[in-house]
Amino acid sequence: MAVDPLVAASVRTTVPLLLAAGGELLSERAGILNIGLEGAVIAGALAATLGVGPWGLAGGYAAALCAGAAVGLLMALFVVVVRADQILTGTAATLLAFGVTGAVYRGVYGATGVALTLPTSAPFRIPVLAAIPGVGSALFDQPAVFYLAYLLIPILWWFLYRTQVGLALRAVGESPAAAGAAGIAAGPLRAAAVTVGSALGGLAGGVLVLAQAGTFAEGMSAGRGFIAIAIVVLGRWTPLGIMIGALVFGVATAMQYVVQAMGWPIRYELVLMLPYLLTLLALMFSPRGVAPAMLARSDV
Amino acid sequence: MATTARRADRWAGVVSFLDSPWAAPAVVLVVLATGAALLAAWYGVSAVSAFWFGSIGSWYGFTSGTLVRAVPLILTGLGVAIAFRAGVFNIGADGQLLAGATAAAYVGLEWSAALGHASLPAALILGTAAGALWAGVAALLRARFGVLEVISTLMLNFVATDLVAFLVRGPLQEPLHIYPQSATLPSVARLPTFGPTTQLHWGLALALVLAGAVWWFLARTAAGFRLRIVGANPFAAAVTGRVRVTRVAAWAFLASGALAGLAGAIEITAVTYALYDNLSPGYGFTAIAVAVLAGLNPVGVVFAGVLFAALETGATAMQRDAGVPSVWASVVEAALILILVAGASIRARAGNRHLRDAAS
Repeated sequence: MAVDPLVAASVRTTVPLLLAAGGELLSERAGILNIGLEGAVIAGALAATLGVGPWGLAGGYAAALCAGAAVGLLMALFVVVVRADQILTGTAATLLAFGVTGAVYRGVYGATGVALTLPTSAPFRIPVLAAIPGVGSALFDQPAVFYLAYLLIPILWWFLYRTQVGLALRAVGESPAAAGAAGIAAGPLRAAAVTVGSALGGLAGGVLVLAQAGTFAEGMSAGRGFIAIAIVVLGRWTPLGIMIGALVFGVATAMQYVVQAMGWPIRYELVLMLPYLLTLLALMFSPRGVAPAMLARSDV
Repeated sequence: MATTARRADRWAGVVSFLDSPWAAPAVVLVVLATGAALLAAWYGVSAVSAFWFGSIGSWYGFTSGTLVRAVPLILTGLGVAIAFRAGVFNIGADGQLLAGATAAAYVGLEWSAALGHASLPAALILGTAAGALWAGVAALLRARFGVLEVISTLMLNFVATDLVAFLVRGPLQEPLHIYPQSATLPSVARLPTFGPTTQLHWGLALALVLAGAVWWFLARTAAGFRLRIVGANPFAAAVTGRVRVTRVAAWAFLASGALAGLAGAIEITAVTYALYDNLSPGYGFTAIAVAVLAGLNPVGVVFAGVLFAALETGATAMQRDAGVPSVWASVVEAALILILVAGASIRARAGNRHLRDAAS
C-alpha cells in the first residue's frame, strides 16, 4: 500500500523529538532548564553505536539510555549539589559531550569517517492498526522503540498528574520552599528529574542511530536537544502539548524532504524556520504562570 | 553553631582563594597543564608540539591563526559579558553574529558599486545594527512579554541559521548557482590586513579599542553603574526609583547583539569575504566560556578570547599535523566552565552563610 511520503517522513522525524521533549518536560517541571539535553542526545547516539556491536540492538538502546543518564548526572551534580548556574552548566555539558563523542568516535573508527553500517531495528507490524488506510503503516509498522515513544505521553501525563511523586515534582518546580514545608526533599527529586530526562534524550540519540540512520556522524544530534526545549515551550509544559509541539517540528522537518522530492517551488529552509517563529509567538502569548516558576533559577 | 563555625573555617581558605584575582589564571594553568600531560601520554609529544607551534609557538601561527580567531571571540565575549553583567542571559550570540555577517555581505555585494570606499564602513555599521536588531527581537519579547531570553535567543539562533541557508541558496547565491555560498566581496568592501604576508587584520585593533571602551563604560560611567546594579540586584535597583530596570536591561541586550553583529561583519569583510553555512563554528557558545573565564571583565575578555583562540587554533593544527581530534578543545573549554561556575557558586554560598551567621 502506498504510504503518503509526508506522513511517513513526519513519523520518523517526530519520534526522536518526542522522546527528547518528554525528557526536557520532566526536567523543566522540576525547575531545571536542561541545555545539556543536546549533549545527552549526541552521547546517546555514540553509545548506541558502540553498544550495538557487542550487546545487540537492545544493548545499544540501553547504552544510549545510560549515556544520556550520565550527562544528566553531571547536570545534577553541578546544578543540584553545587547549585551552579543552570545555563552555564548546560552549555558546558553540551560542549563536553560534543568533544568527548567526537574524540572517541575518531579514536575508534578513524578520522576519515569510513562509512559505518550498523544493524537497525526491524519494523514490528501491529496487525490491525497497521491496516488503517493512510496513516496505519506509517504509524504502526515501525521499530518497537517507536511504540515506546507513543506511550511516553500517556505515561508522562499519568506520572505528573496522577502520582504523589509527580505532584511533588511539579511542586518543586513551582515553589521549593512550599514543597520543603510539605516534607518533600527537593534536591533528590530535581536530580532524578534531570537524570531521567537526560536518559530519554540519550534514547532519542539511540533511535537516530539504531532505528533511522544506521550510522553515526559527529554532530548528528543536529540541535534536537535544543529543539526539545522549543517543543516544551510550544506545548506549554504539558504532556499533550509537547506531543502537538513535537508534531509541528516533526512535520516541518519532514516537509524539507517532501519539498525537495516533489520539486515544489518553495525553499525548504523557509519551511524549517516556521516552527521556531511559531515558538516565539507561543512565548509571546504565554500567560504568566504557565512556565514553572523556578525555571532556570539556581537560588533554590 | 559550633559545627557551623567549623564548616565556615574549612571553606574560608577556598573562598579567599576564589576571591583573589589569581583564581581564574590558576585554574587555567592547572587545566592546561593537565591537558598537555594527558595529550603527551595518549598521543605522544608530537601532538603537543603541533599544538604549540600551531597556536602560540610560532609567529605565523600566533598572528595569522590565534589572533585572527581571537577577534570574533573577543567581540562576542564582550557582548556576552555586557549582557550577563546586566542579568540578561543572551545565549544567542551565534544568531546575532550571523545577522551581522548577512547584512555586511549584502552591503558589500550589492551596494559597493554605488558606495565605493564607503562600502567597508557601511558594511561594518549595518552589520552591527543587524546584530542589535536580531538581539532586539529577544530584548523586546523580554521587556514587553517577560519571555525568558535563554529560550528566545536559542530560537533566534535556529532562525538565523535557516535564513543564511536560504539566502546562500537563493537571493545571495554566487552567480553560477553551483555552491551554497555568496559571491566574494569586492576589494573596496574588505577590511585590510596589517601587511601582505599576514592574515592579521585591523579587526583586532577594533576589538581591542572596543574592549577598552566597554571597560570604561562599565567602570567609569553612571550608565555603566546602572547596568551593573540592574544585574546585581534588579529589585534593589527598582526600589531606588532612579533606575528603569527593564529599559537598562534592554539596552544592554541591544549592545550585546551589536557587538556580536560587528564580529560577524568583521568575519565577512576580513576573513571569509563571502557568506556561507556554518560561518560560525559555535562562536556564540565559546563566547560564553570566554566571558565566564574573564569573570565578565572586559579586559579579562581580551585575554580569555586569545586563550580560547589559541586553544582552538592549536587543536586544529594538532589534528592536521598529528591526527589528534581537534574536538578535545571543547572538552577543555567545558572543564574550565564547570570548574569556574562551581567556584562561583561555592563563593556565593559562603558569602550568604557569612551574612546569615552575622545576622544570627
